[in-house]
Amino acid sequence: MICINGERFDKTEINLNDYLNGQKLNVKRIAVELNGDILPKSEYDKTVLKDGDTVEIVNFVGGG
Amino acid sequence: MNGTKAVSKQEIDNALITRHTPEVYNALKNARVAVAGLGGLGSNIALMLARAGVGTLHLIDFDRVDLTNLNRQQYYIPQLEMYKTEALEEQIMQINPYISVILDAKRVDEENCLELFKDDVYICEAFDNPEAKAMLVNILLSERNDTFIVSGSGMAGFEKSNSIVTRRVAKRLYICGDGVTEGHFGNGLMSPRVTICAAHQANTMLRLLLGKYDT
Repeated sequence: MICINGERFDKTEINLNDYLNGQKLNVKRIAVELNGDILPKSEYDKTVLKDGDTVEIVNFVGGG
Repeated sequence: MNGTKAVSKQEIDNALITRHTPEVYNALKNARVAVAGLGGLGSNIALMLARAGVGTLHLIDFDRVDLTNLNRQQYYIPQLEMYKTEALEEQIMQINPYISVILDAKRVDEENCLELFKDDVYICEAFDNPEAKAMLVNILLSERNDTFIVSGSGMAGFEKSNSIVTRRVAKRLYICGDGVTEGHFGNGLMSPRVTICAAHQANTMLRLLLGKYDT
């Protein structure tokens, strides 16, 4: 089980970059939290989510 | 300011201690908070933290006060064209002249980010631009292991007040806002909702300074 933004995926592996591309997210506007810590952007393309991982993808919107 | 009675540090300290208790007063007086971006969020956050008695405020914004800011930002007509850093300092000095204010009228970017915030642990992210928000969070949380960021995302328009919430999304990252309502033509940033979000950020920061990390 892998949990992304509260949604549970019954998979043992998810390639993070593939997931982000599938969501059509603007990578310049996001932060990715993996198991409590912010994942450096340089790690995105080598990160494979594993069973038990919890991920929160924050998509910042403008305004302040 | 003309006609203003001089108030001593002791008088202000006593007033804050009476209101907040000595424990809270001391914790906040000894704290330092950076406010990154001094628009609708940051100007409100800085003034709230100043009123609460946070001892040192590091204020960062490259911009100057413009007439279009006055619908939501805590500036006044006589301050038009001033740097926001200096305009805000002027106001803080009228609330509590014994607060240390550190000003950086600079645009934060990937190159200067770590240097600008090197002495800050507690940071309120209050930029307007979503890429700047993400940049600050990514750099300061992935390249440092001691920083806490309270960020704002989604507070435009006049949607429901209660859709603005605070969430702890990572060990050292809290996000306030509705997460989705972007400011754009036809749904601009307005004072009440921006101020609600700013208050969420300021209160979350006070909670962190007072050791309440939430879940």
